[in-house]
Amino acid sequence: MTALTERDVAREAPAPDQPSLERSSYSDQVFKGLLTLAALVIPVLLSFLVFELWEGARLAIAKFGLDFVTTSVWDPVAEQFGAFPLIFGTLISSLIALVIAVPLSLGVAIYLTEFAPKVIRQPVAFLISLLAAIPSVVYGLWGIFVLIPILRKSVFPLLRDVFGFLPLFQGPIYGPSMLAAGIILAIMVMPFVMSVSREVLTAVPNTQREASLALGATRWEAVITTVVPYARSGIMGAVILGLGRALGETMAVTMLIGNRHEIAASLFAPGYTMAAAIANEFTEAVGDMHLSALAYVAFLLFVVTVLVNAGARLLIWRVARGSGVGSKAL
Amino acid sequence: MNRRILRRAFSNLMVGLMIGAVIVALLPLIFILLNLVLKGAGSLSLDFFTRTPAPAGETGGGVGHAIVGTLIIVGIASLIGLPIGIGAGIYCAEYPASRLTWVTRFVADVLNGTPSIVVGVFAWAWIVATQKHFSAMAGSAALAMLMIPMVLRTTEEMIKLVPNSLREAALALGYPRWRTSLGIVVRTTLPGIVTGSLLAVARVAGETAPLLFTALGSQYLSYNVNQPMAALPLTVFTYATGPYEEWHQYAWASALVLIIVVFALSLGARLAIGRRFDLNG
Repeated sequence: MTALTERDVAREAPAPDQPSLERSSYSDQVFKGLLTLAALVIPVLLSFLVFELWEGARLAIAKFGLDFVTTSVWDPVAEQFGAFPLIFGTLISSLIALVIAVPLSLGVAIYLTEFAPKVIRQPVAFLISLLAAIPSVVYGLWGIFVLIPILRKSVFPLLRDVFGFLPLFQGPIYGPSMLAAGIILAIMVMPFVMSVSREVLTAVPNTQREASLALGATRWEAVITTVVPYARSGIMGAVILGLGRALGETMAVTMLIGNRHEIAASLFAPGYTMAAAIANEFTEAVGDMHLSALAYVAFLLFVVTVLVNAGARLLIWRVARGSGVGSKAL
Repeated sequence: MNRRILRRAFSNLMVGLMIGAVIVALLPLIFILLNLVLKGAGSLSLDFFTRTPAPAGETGGGVGHAIVGTLIIVGIASLIGLPIGIGAGIYCAEYPASRLTWVTRFVADVLNGTPSIVVGVFAWAWIVATQKHFSAMAGSAALAMLMIPMVLRTTEEMIKLVPNSLREAALALGYPRWRTSLGIVVRTTLPGIVTGSLLAVARVAGETAPLLFTALGSQYLSYNVNQPMAALPLTVFTYATGPYEEWHQYAWASALVLIIVVFALSLGARLAIGRRFDLNG
């Protein structure tokens, strides 16, 4: 043991003609330089991304300006483009996803942090996290061949019979539809909302629970009156994080939404989203203006997701300040 | 008295509802995996892994070209993305006071939330549009860009778990900073960094959107990274949306292969890390 240490020391000892401090500070500088380079790449890449998207979209921005967001014509031949149906479809499909996914994932998250026996917490969380590992295109495949037939045969007719008085659930049933896309999005977003809200709920101090229980609350009351309000902004953050995911999701939505540049009141009707339009039309775009319009859509999508994610981060930080909560799910 | 029983009953009812939520949440997973195995396993054969697609109308063939393509594209993406991501992660953890750390961390979070299709458009504008042809290389660049922020974040989180006393001990023994960082800090967290890297590889291996207009996909076996190249996720997409029954069979089988690869990578990642760090919350 002693011999080893001495040998190590001997090896580390600087050569007499070389001042040790300078030598180590030189290699330190090289090391730091390399790391700095790696760290610099990331902001450079992002500014490059913003620049390229802006460059690509310039033609369309110059021609349509902000009217692009509010008009609905999408005519590659006449070179007239308006992205309103895409924006509408993106928002509605994400909204459907949240309406379904949020109660489910909050239920699971609360159950796992507050009620579940210790033995099943880890396994259940693991299984649900597997959902997040399934590639988007596999969801699409499953959606086309399994989910849509089920929806078309039983779920959609049932919805129409029960809620048919609402315009949302009227009209012909095709299968590929806004609702189908929303449902697949819900499944895809759920693991993210679940895992972030679980992290946030875990960050609530135990004293809060104990105080509430000591005052005579039932376990559910303790959760709903104390734990959840304490974690409120973090849970909001988790939901918005899920929204960010849903907005940018591409493949599964492309395969299920029906891809039509139309706005329909019925959720049974096909629609389109921003991401899906880019995926479908980019390689087949005929003219520069068409490409530019799609780049404009990409630019808008980028801006919206950045805003949404930044908002989510801020909210999560209010509960779990400075920690990495949620950054893995972003 | 009555009121207390009611409250207790309501509490139990809510717990019951939450257990219901757990079951509903797990149903899709079971359903998807079951369908993949039932519909995909039948088409798996040696030919499926080794041969390229038969011309339309003929039977037989396989997706060997797509498996090779995925390996090449993801391999190159990892070669670019992992060193940058890990290096930047070490920087952010080792120089937390630097302004660059703050900027890099923030930008990484922005990039992490950027839809992969937008990154695809960027890679198209940057590489494909300037070279005027689709290439596997552009696909790798897009995937690398998706990997970097993920790897950065896990590397940084892992290194932050190293106690400062370990650093101080090494520095006190006369280690230069770079040796402290690499030999002590990074080495202690190596399992964590490997896990983060594997998870990132697993995630981009299943990405389709960024490859749509970069690698484009192809029907032939190709090793040329300057040409369009097939990839498993693209194959699933093309075959699933195609008109032929046999294509659908292949889509299921390809999806099964894809999911086995992705799950194997993420499970491997979890094994590499053991039980010391909880990465999935």
